Formats: sequence, C-alpha cells, structure tokens
Amino acid sequence: MTIIMLLLTLLVLSALITVMARTLIRSAIALACTSVLLTIILYVLASPVAAVFELSICAGLITVILISVISLTKSDSQKDAVAAAKGRLKRFWYLPVLLIAVGIGLYFAPFHAVFVTAPIETDAGIKSVFWNMRQFDIFGQIIILLTGVFGVAVLFKERRKNG
Amino acid sequence: MGDFGQQLFLLTGTGAMLIITGFYCILVSRNLIRTLIGIELLSKAITLFIIIAGYMTNRTALAQSIAITFIILEVVVMVVGAGLVIGVYSKSGSINARVLQGIEGQEDSRE
Repeated sequence: MTIIMLLLTLLVLSALITVMARTLIRSAIALACTSVLLTIILYVLASPVAAVFELSICAGLITVILISVISLTKSDSQKDAVAAAKGRLKRFWYLPVLLIAVGIGLYFAPFHAVFVTAPIETDAGIKSVFWNMRQFDIFGQIIILLTGVFGVAVLFKERRKNG
Repeated sequence: MGDFGQQLFLLTGTGAMLIITGFYCILVSRNLIRTLIGIELLSKAITLFIIIAGYMTNRTALAQSIAITFIILEVVVMVVGAGLVIGVYSKSGSINARVLQGIEGQEDSRE
C-alpha cells in the first residue's frame, strides 16, 4: 500500500517535470522516467507482460524517436529561445496548482464508495487470450500498422523530392 | 471502504491527474514536439486505466493483451507524428505552432 502510494506520487511528479522542463531533451528523458515508473506500477498490478512491453517500447523506442526528432529539427534562434523560456513559466505555473486542487478535490469527493468492487472471476492465461480470443481485432491492428508504414513512406518520399 | 477500494481510488485519481497533465501540455505548448509529448502522457494514462480495469475485475490477461495492442498503436501514432513534424520543419523551417498559422495550401506546379 505505501509502496504503491510512493510510486503514484512519483509518477505524477515525473509527468509534471515532463511538462515543465525547459529543454526538450530533458522533457524526453523525464517522459522515459514516467514510463519506467508506470512499468513498476503495472508489475505491482499483476500485469508483467504489459509491463515488459511498456518498458521496452515506451521507455526505449519512443525515447529514441523523440530524441532523433529533436536532433533533426533545430529550434528557434537564441533570442527567441530566451524569450520563449521567459514566457513559458508564465503559461505553465497553473499546472501544479491545478493538479493540487484536483487532488484535494478528489480526496474529499464523496464517491469513494463507488470503488468497492470485489474480484469477480479468474480468467484464462494471457497466451490463450492473446492467440485464441482476438482473431478480429488483430486485423484492425495489422491495418493500422500498415497505415503507419505507408504514412511514413509517403512523408519521407515527399521530403526527398522537395529537398 | 476497504483497503482494495482505497487502492483503486488512488490509482484512478492518479490516472485522472495524468490525463489533466497531458491535456494541459497539448493545449498550452506551442512547440510541436511538446504536443507529441502531451499525446504520449495521455496514452500512458490510458494504459494505466486499462490495466486498472483488468485488475479490478480480475481479468488481467484480457487487459494485458489489449494494453499491448494499445502500446503498439501508440508507437505507430508517434512515428507518423514525428514524420509530420519533420515534414513541417523541412517545409517551413520552424516547429513553432504560431508560425504555422500563416501557411496556405500550395498548388502543384507540375499540373
């Protein structure tokens, strides 16, 4: 119980750091830290396979994608960057206040009773669910993966033509 | 309220806070890469919610397989978004959303 409270607090804090960080690289690394904390929470919630996927894809692959995008695009000039950093704090300081207000509001809200649910049944193992129960939405997943592949192919083709 | 219910309340409240953080990031930031990061925070909250639902009803196998599907689709969204950001940058030389407001469509000169 105390471990999960600590983990959830750290998760919200690292999400806050992700949004409030001044440079994009720091923001991407804080996002990876959020992924790692979410991995530990998923493991505590008895979902080790999803935790492994979250760790390897969200903390690994997406960080690589974000850092390559950051290095491929150059941000504004130095003067603009300083002005933006000055203006940033003015726009972003509402977020911690909002989060604290929402947290206090949720804590004193009267719907604690909704969450008293008992486990209803145990189910089959993840292997049988993954390979036997989901013939239909695997098709959708394949179509979306192909959409992603063709989208990236079209985008990069156009970029080469223009450059 | 039992210990189980309190734990679920804490988990769901954290998910709600993550969703607020992601929406704030998308709404307030002007950098396109920060918008991608906001989408990423939102999808982390949704992964957490799917797993909480599976944990609540003791159907973790189904919840895990759906979460894995969601994580894979999240990567597709991120890759296409990254390609769009790079395309916008090579076209207009900036990734500031304010700069993009003045862009108009271009006719194809080969026609």
